[in-house]
Amino acid sequence: MLNELQKRLLNDYQRDFPLSSQPYRDIAAELGVAEAEVLTALQYLIDQGYISRVGPVIAPNRVGSSALVAMRVPPERLQQVAEWISRFPEVNHNYEREHHYNLWFVLIASDRQHLQAVLDEIEKQTAVPAMQLPMLTDYGIDLGFELDWNDGSV
Amino acid sequence: MEITDLDRKIIQATQAGLPLTRHPYRTIAAQLGVSAERVMQRMTAMLEAGVIRRIGAVPNHYRLGYHYNGMTVWDVEDVQVNGMGERIGKLSFVSHCYQRPRHLPEWPYNLFAMVHGRTEAEVAVQIQQIASLLGEHSRGHEVLYSSRILKKTGLRIEK
Repeated sequence: MLNELQKRLLNDYQRDFPLSSQPYRDIAAELGVAEAEVLTALQYLIDQGYISRVGPVIAPNRVGSSALVAMRVPPERLQQVAEWISRFPEVNHNYEREHHYNLWFVLIASDRQHLQAVLDEIEKQTAVPAMQLPMLTDYGIDLGFELDWNDGSV
Repeated sequence: MEITDLDRKIIQATQAGLPLTRHPYRTIAAQLGVSAERVMQRMTAMLEAGVIRRIGAVPNHYRLGYHYNGMTVWDVEDVQVNGMGERIGKLSFVSHCYQRPRHLPEWPYNLFAMVHGRTEAEVAVQIQQIASLLGEHSRGHEVLYSSRILKKTGLRIEK
């Protein structure tokens, strides 16, 4: 169960984190609490896994090159192929999904050539075609995600 | 906006989060050998240019009880995709909304929207809302639930 301060930090500070010399103090002033309380509450939220971090969210494809990739892996090979692919540092968000395209991951590389080289290697080693789905347009305004506390599950 | 070498280093130094110290930008700046003011200035510039989308707490949907994360994919008429994408991207339960290329014939879907709910029924209502919004502009859709997270890390860029 989260307390009021933790909930407010989680819900109201997904964006507009202050770019000031003491941002946690500024947040504390806005919320009428001490800076140390804000730091403790954020540490708790991170330790408990409610937030993954407090920091910048980078827009896709603005730094380096990335693509969503889908593969149709024979079910009996899925575990092995997934583990092998996950070893690449360029691979991120590797998910098994309930679909005939059953393996989905994001590739992030320094540039387009490097991205293609990793994909070529994956296709060669797995003998499974990799369907590339790079982002063409981003419609997300990404204001963060509004949490609904009403059912009391958190 | 041209991303500078310092910008890359700042992104790299903050991708796991800002330090929970009283002067977090000073902590980052000290690692990079520049002033805290310079770090804040570059982060402000990247925010204004859209390289940084936002700065703040990054919630973990799953831990917060949103156990049903569906990747909804839609086959939307090309002339409608931008207009519809803008509207779907604004829905409160949609965290990401992207246009992606089709791969015909096996993959006809060009619009992706990630939805998050606490129950399967809640997600079903969300999908119905998107379907109503698209109406006849959608020629078909599927929802792909993740059955297993095999790897999840934040943004990585090369050192």
